[in-house]
Amino acid sequence: MQQLAGPLTYQDWDLDKAREAVLEYAGRTGGVMIALHRIQAIFGYIDDSAMPMLGKVFNLSRAEVHGIASFYHDFKREKPGRYTVKVCQAEACQAMGSEKLTEEIKAFLGADFHETSPDGNFTLEPVYCLGNCACSPNIMIDTQTYGRVSIDGFKSLANTLAKEAK
Amino acid sequence: MVKVYIPRETTADSLGAELLVKAIATEAKYRKLDIEIIRNGSRGACWLEPLVEVETDKGRVGYGPVTLDDVPDLFDADFLNDALNDVQSGGKHAKFLGDVEKLPWFANQERLTFARCGVIEATSVAAYASLGGFVGLKNALATTSDGIIEQVKDSGLRGRGGAAFPTAIKWRTVADCKADQKYIVCNADEGDSGTFSDRMIMEGDPLSLVEGMTIAGLAVGADKGYIYLRSEYPLTQKILNEAIANAEAAGYLGENIQGSGKNFTLEVFMGAGAYICGEETSLLESLEGKRGQIRFKPPLPAIEGLHGKPTVVNNVISLASVPVILEKGGKHYAGYGQGRSLGTMPFQLGGNIKNGGLVEKGFGLTLRQLIEDFGAGTATGKPVRAIQVGGPLGAYFPASLLDTPLDYEEFAKAGGMLGHGGVVVFDDTVNMAKQARFSMEFCAVESCGKCTPCRIGSVRGMEVIDRIVGAKNAEERNAEHIVLKDLCETMESASLCAMGGLTPVPVMSAVKHFAKDFEKEL
Repeated sequence: MQQLAGPLTYQDWDLDKAREAVLEYAGRTGGVMIALHRIQAIFGYIDDSAMPMLGKVFNLSRAEVHGIASFYHDFKREKPGRYTVKVCQAEACQAMGSEKLTEEIKAFLGADFHETSPDGNFTLEPVYCLGNCACSPNIMIDTQTYGRVSIDGFKSLANTLAKEAK
Repeated sequence: MVKVYIPRETTADSLGAELLVKAIATEAKYRKLDIEIIRNGSRGACWLEPLVEVETDKGRVGYGPVTLDDVPDLFDADFLNDALNDVQSGGKHAKFLGDVEKLPWFANQERLTFARCGVIEATSVAAYASLGGFVGLKNALATTSDGIIEQVKDSGLRGRGGAAFPTAIKWRTVADCKADQKYIVCNADEGDSGTFSDRMIMEGDPLSLVEGMTIAGLAVGADKGYIYLRSEYPLTQKILNEAIANAEAAGYLGENIQGSGKNFTLEVFMGAGAYICGEETSLLESLEGKRGQIRFKPPLPAIEGLHGKPTVVNNVISLASVPVILEKGGKHYAGYGQGRSLGTMPFQLGGNIKNGGLVEKGFGLTLRQLIEDFGAGTATGKPVRAIQVGGPLGAYFPASLLDTPLDYEEFAKAGGMLGHGGVVVFDDTVNMAKQARFSMEFCAVESCGKCTPCRIGSVRGMEVIDRIVGAKNAEERNAEHIVLKDLCETMESASLCAMGGLTPVPVMSAVKHFAKDFEKEL
């Protein structure tokens, strides 16, 4: 399997830095969506204190910003582990044993969906289709998709990634 | 200098293509061999990925699926030179495939939309133009709005996203609207399980989408386009942005396209993991920076779409099919397919399948031809038991319906829908009550929450199926089946959009064709 270069590095939350990073999207079509993606890319999540700030920048109420951030599965409100592991739960992967693989991954990481492994390395999320359905089962770690994943393949990959995270 | 093609594409990438590129480059350097590695897309034979091709004057010689371990062996077998000497020699390496285009998988396809996909360097304007690219745009610039729409009408093109609405009628509606601003929005939120044709064309021939959207802009009088791309496709995003920049630099996009005085700009907008945003009005809400909740129709997006302006919302494949229609004429495109399903469809073969991937073919081939002739049966070698066609909202078919032709009308007659052309195969270990329950669960997870039948009905649906499989006797079970049927009818007729409206399709088809599975515990 393809190996990642290492974990994505997230900065510690800084509201001023977050504001600076999103100002340019004011007035853009769907600017607040672009802003939420941008903030998450920098910090790994969107802190509650960003809600009023985004409201001011995009001329929305705090409730509206919260409504948008909470609607989409992608936007995280708490800092994730060093890597985010998404395991496909959709039909094509089911046909190739994703259910069993999912249970094995959960057991190996010691984390259920939407949880982080005790060592802080892996946050586990479900995903519905990664668009690689002829090479199921599929998982995605950060931005890298892996096809035809076996539990042994996953374990060795996770072990390598955990070492790189240190 | 020998040209070696290695895909830069999600499937190949998911199986180690990036490492392979490095390994082959390093090995060639070490052996002092002069090679140029070109990054194409995938030709669609996913089971052969990563597919490494060597260019010769007699054709492209393939090796696949190539792993890192194969690299030294390939060089030892002199794969660069052996290929040059004799394409059909049989090769000295076990992964030798011969002339790729002569493999039955490719030779038996009818590639119009995907003609260049996997063949050319994906983001190169010169490579694109060398195989007919931008001829359609030039023809479009030379004619009128009516002239373009007439060609699309002649082609018989219907929306490839799943709804199969005639593209020309949608364009005509937008073209006839008077407005200071119109938009072209490409729906690239390919969320249906078992579908990947949008991704493949965007990664393998992104300029065909760029060209198709530009032509759509000329046809309806729009100068701004958005590609709403799902966030699960980060590599696609990179490739699309490169293609857009290259098209702009070459004067095929942006201001004063090819000196015509016409403008069209294009932007990629990322979704955020919501399946419902593949529904066109949800997508527009999301693109406006709101919760992706669906809108009431009417007004249709064609009349009041993005920012309340007339908007064409088309699927990737619909738009990417437009260049070849304008290049070769609508009638040429309509020469493929049958009945009212004209042209070609890129079918996607996934799930439990030996030779999975993308097959572009005129409408009318049967499910059996697709699964047995192209797909070579299941990956596990067990018998096919169920096939889901058309994504998570498509019907489950039993093996007895394998001879159904893949055609919009024929499929509807058999109680299914073609949708976006995704075909997911299951072997005989599948439990269909479980699959039916999953359909309800998926609807519950992904419902936008706006209408009750979808939001609540899906949750009640899971509970009813749990009670059916847990029933102590036939009487109890039959009573619950009546509740499920009633619930499904409500969802079907009272949901605001296809999410709640079609979730009953996989559920009830599983009940109809696989009733026995509902008589035991999950």
